[in-house]
Amino acid sequence: MMIPLLAFLAVDFARDIEPLLASRCTGCHGERTQMKGLRLDNRAAAARVLGAADSLLLQKLEDGSMPPVKPKLTAAEVARFREWIEGGAPWPDGTKKPAAAKARHWSFEPVRTATPPVTRNRAWPRNEIDRFILARLEKEAWEPSPEAEKSTLIRRLSLDLTGLPPTAGEVFAFLTDNRGDAYERLVDRLLESPHFGERWARPWLDQARYADSDGYEKDYVRPHAWRWRHWVIGAINDDMPFDRFTVEQIAGDLLPGATVDQRIATGFHRNTLTNREGGVNNEQFRVEQVMDRAATIGSVWLGLTFGCAQCHDHKYDPVSQKDFYQMFAFFNSADELDIDAPLAGEMGPYLAALPEYRKKREALLAGCGVAKHQAPWEARMKEARAQPGKWTDWDHAFDALTKYLDNALTILDTPPAQRTQKQTDAMTDHFVRNYHRVISKDLWKELRFVELRRKLTELRVGFPALSEAPVLVERPVRRPSHVLTRGDWKNPGAAVEPLPPAFLHTVPAGVEPPRLTLARWLVAPENPLTARVAVNRIWQELFGRGLVRTAEDFGAQGEKPSHPELLDWLAARFRDSGWKRKALIKTIVMSATYRQSSAARPEIDARDAGNTLLSHQSRLRLPAETIRDSALAVSELLHTAVGGRSVRPPLPDGVIELAYGTDAGWPESTGRDRYRRGLYIHFQRTVPYPQLMNFDAPDASLAACKRERSTTPLQALNLLNDPVFIEAAQGLAARMLRESPTVEHLFRSCLSRKPTSRESGLAREFLRDQEQRFASEGDAARKLHPVELPGISPEKAAAWTALASAMLNLEEFITRE
Amino acid sequence: MLTRRQLLQSALAPTHFPASARAVIFLFMPGGPSQIDLFDPKPELRKWHGKPLPVEATKDLKLAFIKPNANAVASPRQFARHGGSGAEISDLLPHTARQADQLCIVRGVHTDAFNHDPGELMLMTGSMQFGRPSMGAWVNYGLGSESRNLPGFVVLSSGAPPSAGTNDWSNGFLPSAYQGTQFRRSGDPILYLSSPEGFTREMQRSRLDVIRRMNEKRRRETGDPEIDARIASYELAFRMQSAAPELLDLSSESARTLEMYGVNREPTHQYALHCLLARRMVERGVRFVLVSHGSWDDHNDIDKGLDKNCRITDQPSAALIADLRQRGLLDSTLVIWGGEFGRTPMTQQQRTDIGYGRDHHPNCFSMWLAGGGIRAGVTVGKTDELGLEAVEDRIHVHDLQATILHTLGLDHLRLTYPHSGRDFRLTDVAGLVARKLLRRPPA
Repeated sequence: MMIPLLAFLAVDFARDIEPLLASRCTGCHGERTQMKGLRLDNRAAAARVLGAADSLLLQKLEDGSMPPVKPKLTAAEVARFREWIEGGAPWPDGTKKPAAAKARHWSFEPVRTATPPVTRNRAWPRNEIDRFILARLEKEAWEPSPEAEKSTLIRRLSLDLTGLPPTAGEVFAFLTDNRGDAYERLVDRLLESPHFGERWARPWLDQARYADSDGYEKDYVRPHAWRWRHWVIGAINDDMPFDRFTVEQIAGDLLPGATVDQRIATGFHRNTLTNREGGVNNEQFRVEQVMDRAATIGSVWLGLTFGCAQCHDHKYDPVSQKDFYQMFAFFNSADELDIDAPLAGEMGPYLAALPEYRKKREALLAGCGVAKHQAPWEARMKEARAQPGKWTDWDHAFDALTKYLDNALTILDTPPAQRTQKQTDAMTDHFVRNYHRVISKDLWKELRFVELRRKLTELRVGFPALSEAPVLVERPVRRPSHVLTRGDWKNPGAAVEPLPPAFLHTVPAGVEPPRLTLARWLVAPENPLTARVAVNRIWQELFGRGLVRTAEDFGAQGEKPSHPELLDWLAARFRDSGWKRKALIKTIVMSATYRQSSAARPEIDARDAGNTLLSHQSRLRLPAETIRDSALAVSELLHTAVGGRSVRPPLPDGVIELAYGTDAGWPESTGRDRYRRGLYIHFQRTVPYPQLMNFDAPDASLAACKRERSTTPLQALNLLNDPVFIEAAQGLAARMLRESPTVEHLFRSCLSRKPTSRESGLAREFLRDQEQRFASEGDAARKLHPVELPGISPEKAAAWTALASAMLNLEEFITRE
Repeated sequence: MLTRRQLLQSALAPTHFPASARAVIFLFMPGGPSQIDLFDPKPELRKWHGKPLPVEATKDLKLAFIKPNANAVASPRQFARHGGSGAEISDLLPHTARQADQLCIVRGVHTDAFNHDPGELMLMTGSMQFGRPSMGAWVNYGLGSESRNLPGFVVLSSGAPPSAGTNDWSNGFLPSAYQGTQFRRSGDPILYLSSPEGFTREMQRSRLDVIRRMNEKRRRETGDPEIDARIASYELAFRMQSAAPELLDLSSESARTLEMYGVNREPTHQYALHCLLARRMVERGVRFVLVSHGSWDDHNDIDKGLDKNCRITDQPSAALIADLRQRGLLDSTLVIWGGEFGRTPMTQQQRTDIGYGRDHHPNCFSMWLAGGGIRAGVTVGKTDELGLEAVEDRIHVHDLQATILHTLGLDHLRLTYPHSGRDFRLTDVAGLVARKLLRRPPA
């Protein structure tokens, strides 16, 4: 088990003291105001209250008289001050550098157009990338590694570009293709595969914290979340330029004549968690969601830990608290809405069925006298809202209204006659479901609303409703935005306008709505971060680590790029040749650097343990989804349909019961949907699919800019015993027995290579041994392989299943070499 | 299984300072048990029963559902003094009361969150945000595990699951090796623990052998040391396949022990089993066991709800203390009992057709700790006479976390992990060790 050294953390001025001075003291004792003539924004001016023996500052903090307004400092914070002052109150110069000085950090400088260096070895480089890499290796007097075997290359390319292993037929075709451009043809074919979009959507979904449920206690299912995922897969398959990809997701709704697809793109921002727990203040949670959106822009596009500036100026980067709330202001006037977004073929049946549906629904409602109860109920709701605390039960009911019904207040404030049909239905449905909160049990029984609710649901299930999509819409009147003191929504400070961070370039001129302006600013040619961050994350997918290892942080606390000129060369090329993702990926995979063998270089690895200088490729454990997909692919169980709704493959008993939310059930998918790619597995935030979590899929709470690759015993149990992988082993065995029951065919199908003689020997010995064991174990063979295969004994089928399972467990099978 | 002697001598990661505890059992009561009805009597409330509390006392209160002007309700429970220390414990907890001299009852705990999800996350991860590592993950990250055959952080849950679900035992941004492994109540105790149907243990071994040999061959060809870790993970998985059933096999436990916990008897069985398993896990080197029983979220019908939960949990919790003590394990095992917050002195209900209940109360609530170097037979902290605020020896949940780490020899300020551009720790940017809870005099 890993036990890292623990960093010693004594009191640190920049980390522990300065932020508190800045957020709690200098408002009154700073540059602008000096109450009692005291300044606490520099050592010289503050010295008179910092004496170790008689510090007035410490005295005031300890007796609680300062700061004079809540929140007071915590005991721990005061203790930090004591430790600091007793230690002589060290105040390092320049911890508060002027913004201009900080802005010289490498990633805030413009992207430079670097010229690839000249290398001594002229034969090895295939393109510019290789000259950057080789020049650096030559400085160490290291040779690059030889090209990997062809069989390794096709497996590497297939997994990297489509997330699926190559079939034995594809491997054979590539190995026997002797044309000079066989490799490039393979790359082009894979770039055009519809599975390319699935593979490359995954890291984007990680960054967007995509999930199929709300999160938090209730964790309601989001039945339409998949529409945005579907859009991403399509956009990546169509090679939508990254600038447009950006603009549509940030502000597609604000483009002139926005299409439904462009509005669906804004579903990016609907991936924030939603808290419907009783008692949560709605405005507080709305503000938290907007903060999350602002922080996510920082993580995803700028590679900055923007969220750190929520409560105070960023401690290391020149992001001020004001910058954060200016970013916040871009999203503060965007509301959530689920729009009708019919799929092809839905409109006709919908229109045909609508009149009958409305008639039946109205009849059901009238039959229970809903209207006559609902009107006074709505009136009381408004009273409860105006006079909180007067009627506890109605407070509770009002809280439920705002939690469970999206945009409840907007609907409540709209006179019934002016509501849309959707609003009317939503309010009535909520009423029927929740009226019990404020009436006696007897009346509730008498009204028979439970039965009514069931009938309404039945009616709805039979009705061909239009599909919806979660999007953002801009409010007609903008909400004012403020700096929130210490991130507290109840504590607004100075008003702010939507503006990008002051230390970067200014916004493009024009009169477009602010959110659209932000989108254009992110992909403006002078933006030094967006292109660098994006190419680094693509590089990371192809080499296992970015040129900047801290892909999530390009700020002062992040690592510097290993090859700064190469990073800039790639960024400039990406930006200047139309932000084409496929072209960038092709350039990278065509390089000799990418094609190197991944075998270790003991003589070099001792000095470059992380393979930072890329003296070889890296062996990378596959992502969670790819492991599952690979097993289903080689067993030919995989259902390769692209896009569409999420699926729920079978779960072990007792897993979903962990979900606290009332809404969580797990209606198992049937037929081939059980075998769809891992990307489509319904992601319930409080109870994610276990195999995904065992293999380091992120939890969809915050933007995840890279994945861990851990090795745990639970992973071993998962691959050895999970019925999904046993079923895959059965399928693989049946396939081998049907096609060609040889160890060679098995290896070629699973690992894209033929076995060595030692491997063949081991496998055949294992088969013999297993067959004998099964023969002496009664009906064990039929249990392991229940399907009868013509002309094959159950023992043989079981032995092959055991061998197939062993193949799926090989380290090599779950590794891209 | 480790003998006590081995347990005491086994190699440990170097701690920041000498540890008094080697393992933690957290008896987690999600939902928020009512301190007013269990550990913190408020006779003064009788004067206000059925009336709003004085405005000056409640004006700054911020609660989840009710407003500060809701009617107060006195506890109908009887409190008596127990043990040599005279600890005040209500009649709902007769078994716990008999262990009073082992307990350190802490009355001044407070937290920042008044809703379950953020409250649980605050208690378990030190932050109300999703995505942070939980206490058990931090402890295993800091100390490693002493068990060769079992995960270092195990979760056992009965009753209603905690509302933050797996986030309560998440590894967050720590490597997934540190995540809590849930032992399940039905099917395999650990997900995917059993070999497939038709597979004997010998067959499983020979399947593992062929995998290992091929992996070793690949290791030689590629020189990739990651393959060694993969091979080791399969060996540990195989040992878990036999260690977990051995752990769950209670045939070596005496009838007296089973009886003491309340195993095989309702309503205690499931929670009692979990308490007993927690002891067995600690004996086998598991570092952190989270035993959860919910829910204590008694907004309505609190008299009934508390009675039910106490009948389930009182005896097993008390038996765990007694059993650890008689086996000489209590000194090295820290046991903690408590929820994410407490409950209000006011009622939530105005209706008469539903029994009264209490709302969430973050400002003061009670927990107890025992063993692991914690003072025994004391009650620390005081709340005001209406039970609205902690007024003496206030202990924020960050302070509690700092104290728990301290007993394990870990300095909460130095147990850090770099992530997203800064060092994170369990106690966020706060936390003070509550020295008053520690048996050893302050260093």
